[in-house]
Amino acid sequence: MTASAAFAQPRRRRRLFVEAGSALLGLVLFVWSLTPIYNMFLIALDPEEGEIEFDGNIWPPNPSLDAFWDALSQEARYLEAFWLQFGNSLYIGLATMLLTVVVASLASFALGRLRSRLTPLLANAGLAVYLLPASCLIIPLYRIAHGYGLADTKWAVIGAQVAFAAPFAVVILQHYARLVPTELDEAARLDGASAGQLYRHIYLPLMMPALALVAAFALVVAWNDYVYQFVLLTSWRNTTVSIMQAQLFTDTDAEWNAMMAAAIVYALPPLALFVALQRYVTRLTG
Amino acid sequence: MIDAMSSTQQILVARPADDHRRQSGRRPSWRRAELLWAAAFAAPYLTVLLGFGLYPAAVALWMARQPALYAELFAEPLYWPTVVNTLLFVGLAVNVKMFAALLLSGFFMQRRWWIKGLLVIFVVPWFIATVQAFISFHWMLIGEYGLIDQVLLQLFGIDGPTWFNDRWLALACNIVAYSWKWLPFWTLIFLAGRRAIPSEIMDAAAVDGADGVRRFTLVSFPLLANLYLVCTLLATVWGFGDFATAYFVSGGTPVNTTNVVATLSFRFAFDDARPAIGVAAAVSALPVLIPICLVLMRRLQTRDMQL
Repeated sequence: MTASAAFAQPRRRRRLFVEAGSALLGLVLFVWSLTPIYNMFLIALDPEEGEIEFDGNIWPPNPSLDAFWDALSQEARYLEAFWLQFGNSLYIGLATMLLTVVVASLASFALGRLRSRLTPLLANAGLAVYLLPASCLIIPLYRIAHGYGLADTKWAVIGAQVAFAAPFAVVILQHYARLVPTELDEAARLDGASAGQLYRHIYLPLMMPALALVAAFALVVAWNDYVYQFVLLTSWRNTTVSIMQAQLFTDTDAEWNAMMAAAIVYALPPLALFVALQRYVTRLTG
Repeated sequence: MIDAMSSTQQILVARPADDHRRQSGRRPSWRRAELLWAAAFAAPYLTVLLGFGLYPAAVALWMARQPALYAELFAEPLYWPTVVNTLLFVGLAVNVKMFAALLLSGFFMQRRWWIKGLLVIFVVPWFIATVQAFISFHWMLIGEYGLIDQVLLQLFGIDGPTWFNDRWLALACNIVAYSWKWLPFWTLIFLAGRRAIPSEIMDAAAVDGADGVRRFTLVSFPLLANLYLVCTLLATVWGFGDFATAYFVSGGTPVNTTNVVATLSFRFAFDDARPAIGVAAAVSALPVLIPICLVLMRRLQTRDMQL
């Protein structure tokens, strides 16, 4: 009895140590993840134009939602066209997401089933896009967009975003496809299913978790973008939230609180997508 | 010990062989009609790649073809400090972030309610748009009134530094901000990779008496090594293209000492209206990027990579 208790003592102590360690790590991760977001709220909740930054406050002294109202009702300076810009961002984001999913899943289906000497060429063509830094392609793209008749259109941005997101999407899809058993589609093929039917009825349903991840990735790529939008979209009616916020950033006289409120609103669509797709993504991550 | 590890090794050895047998052969050969289908399926992808990736890349190389451009570029006073910054930024941000992501994915493997909840919060930074998040970083760190310095002062009584007055501190801020943004994404990828490791392998290792560190170095790391390498190379390539961090977090302060190649080439091309030298600045990263892309292509060809 005493012997086993003495034996258990160091083990219990070690367990406690591990528990304390993971609780501490959890706390650090919590603070790490939320500090910049807390800072956004700190500024957005200030009723006085966000001057709070220069008053040395670390929590909102008198929080108010005025700034959110100013942003949503487009009353703040710079935010007169917030909903137009938000709509443009959403248009670019959703189109990039849908096109990336469609284009990459078609390509990955072809790659997975096609055994020929062309396969590595096709797979590598995508990665060659990453050879030049993305921000370098923007300079020639600016010229080429005119040649394509896409100058100052959202489709120039969407095309560039899809070209950036799709190669990685194909990598993800191909590796997930290897985990999916091929027996099912061999059986379907013996039954005379066409490639189109295989893609629609077998490939797409089985690949849902990976497709969800790819969709989230593509939306976030488009949502994060500033350079492509700034260079390729020149007219007022095409401006996006990113362009507006960057413009505001350089103006020392701007209303920071309304700007941060707009930033928080802008963060919502990807979060909503995350919640919607969580069911699928957790199937990948457990 | 050697005897004890054998059951783990048996499973480790058995699996790739099994996979290999399944993948080679037995696949009905494609007929011509099906090849046409495959070509049709790949066509949209190739069109986008050619139109918005490879053709602009070719134009970029053509614009930057003259050796004289590089002589001019190397003589620019801003160029060499920028190269140092870029190498530091990419080298540190990518490697620290990837290694942290690999370790954290192990932490998030635990199936406890609070760790699952924490994962949701941990992923949020990836979904906050770059521009907005980095502007928040900028204000958080700006001068003595920023949130970080105020927290240091009011809660801990420490006089924080003026982050953006020092080149190395400002660079460190960029690295931290960039890692903050991308850490969750890579953690998720590694988490998916770990989940794909069959549980019988980990169970066998545990039965053999391997502790946490040994399970990591002897079992999960070798299985994740290829994924880790591929992701690190991809992150490196993307890191070279990153514009937003240097532009928004440090803004190049103090006085243009924290630019990276991406912001410098943008500045040459659009602020100074010298597109050719802007492209040349970016093209000068090719000696680093070509080997990375070649290794990446080779690695992605290997059949046994798991995700």
